[in-house]
Amino acid sequence: MQESILDQITTTPMSSGKRPILETRSMSLQFGRQVILKDISVKVNKGETIAIIGESGCGKTMFLKALVGLLSPTSGSVVFDGQDIQKLDDQDMTNLRKRFGFVFQNAALFDSMTISQNIAFPLRQHGVPKGKSAQNLISERLAEVGLPSNVLPKRPSQLSGGMRKRVGLARALILEPDLLLYDEPTTGLDPIMSDVINELMMRTRKRYPVTSIIVTHDMHSARKVADRIIMLYPYSRLEHGESQILFDGPPSALDSTRDRRVSQFVKGEAGERLMEMLASRNNGPANTISRVDPNHDDGMDEE
Amino acid sequence: MATDPFPNMDSPQSRLLSSLHRFASVWGTVVIDGVSTVGDISIFGWQMILWMFRAKPKRETLMPNFYAVGVLSLPVVALTGTFIGMVLAIQSYHQFKNIGLETFLGAVINMSLVRELGPVLAATMLAGRVGSAMAAVLGTMRVTEQIDALISMGANPIHYLVVPRFLACVLLIPALTVMADFMGIVGGYFYSVIVFGIDHAQYLRNSREFVGSFDLFTGVFKSVFFGATIAVVSCYRGFHCQAGAEGVGRAATAAFVQSFVMILLLDIVLNIFLDAVYFAIWPSGAKLF
Repeated sequence: MQESILDQITTTPMSSGKRPILETRSMSLQFGRQVILKDISVKVNKGETIAIIGESGCGKTMFLKALVGLLSPTSGSVVFDGQDIQKLDDQDMTNLRKRFGFVFQNAALFDSMTISQNIAFPLRQHGVPKGKSAQNLISERLAEVGLPSNVLPKRPSQLSGGMRKRVGLARALILEPDLLLYDEPTTGLDPIMSDVINELMMRTRKRYPVTSIIVTHDMHSARKVADRIIMLYPYSRLEHGESQILFDGPPSALDSTRDRRVSQFVKGEAGERLMEMLASRNNGPANTISRVDPNHDDGMDEE
Repeated sequence: MATDPFPNMDSPQSRLLSSLHRFASVWGTVVIDGVSTVGDISIFGWQMILWMFRAKPKRETLMPNFYAVGVLSLPVVALTGTFIGMVLAIQSYHQFKNIGLETFLGAVINMSLVRELGPVLAATMLAGRVGSAMAAVLGTMRVTEQIDALISMGANPIHYLVVPRFLACVLLIPALTVMADFMGIVGGYFYSVIVFGIDHAQYLRNSREFVGSFDLFTGVFKSVFFGATIAVVSCYRGFHCQAGAEGVGRAATAAFVQSFVMILLLDIVLNIFLDAVYFAIWPSGAKLF
């Protein structure tokens, strides 16, 4: 009882600064028999910057996509600003999407459009905010991400990876969303460009009180940008009954964690994974991936 | 082998049962996959129809698709039509000349063109040119997360990507079919009258006498359905594209093959339907002219 009362206090709008703007409640995601996410409950407070770390295939990108309705959870719910997004109709969801900005892994710029049309796309969908002009907004955002105005008539294919990512950021920022989601923003970039992106994320947060969720496996970026780090672990590798969230805390607490799997990831050590890989080479593929769902036969024994 | 219900493989009877079990399982999977794909395509088509009326398509999405489907396909459709007309003339001329009916070539060529070959071959050509291109473009958009980006910015991908392509196909493929018919008639006339020297007046008189407006309508009517099929199947394949270059390639191939099979199936069904309509309206099978 004590816990539920505390819970209610923290979730009421009265508690101002600490009110969660986004919450997942026992969210699970499953494709066929393959469980990607199981019972994930996370609260994100307004203005927070959270980095979600984890190895490839742990479901962190799927988690991010489920937050904005790009994927529907198999069970559980996602609540944004008090509204369960799965219960919204098309019109309400479209209106809500004005408040989200999504920076995709490879920018996902529309090939058929110029950079200018790409950045202006959310304005065409939702309209230009009152008292502002589309051209000014585009120039402002472009300057903010440090790109010259001569890129505007170009096509995405004419830009480098780093420039495309910055255009993606400018597009996500054009309507000044309340929630910004970054999917591996520094992956595939050189160290200097990675740092430029880190700085841009930090500058955006300084400019206005945006809530950011960054999915990354770049520890340098996560430590630099985030105030809170969540580590997800692949469900198939967990012991029975364990939570998929192995770590949830400030970056400073990462070094003092006792969980070997977390410290291994943070330090970038292969550890027993290397032994597993060698063992699988000797014993065949059946040992490489362990169970999928304890309730179901995962089918591996058929091979 | 844990799921094998016949672990004892020694007796011929259990071997037979085991192979029957495998046969049923393999064909069962094929049938279930087939039925679920047809169901998925139907739902996809239904959503597209809903979105066509729910919101007005944007000019910026309509014009490039109309240009790609209509204008850019014109040369290839005209070329196909011309050559079908000429080939029909070459193939039929000697047989008809032997029985002294070469002036009836006008009726034979033009009737086959406007009723069957024009619409079907134009649609086949367009399934290859337009359908696979659509599947490849949408497939690449799916793989590079551009479709997710559209959704995340509040645009409905069916309204934004599929409806304009559907309208372009449904409105312009019939127009292109008329072009293929016309060029086929010109090609057939050229080879029959100019090359084989059939009498110009008799060739045209026979054409006019035997080819009626219902024949022309039949071809154009069918092409509306062919256009719709090409758009729905190709867009569906693009939307359900698997990751990677191979996935996009497969989507483009599947778009063409499935559109082509659907065109052939629809052709039979629509021909039966149109024949029934024709004989219901004109029980004696009389011509319009």
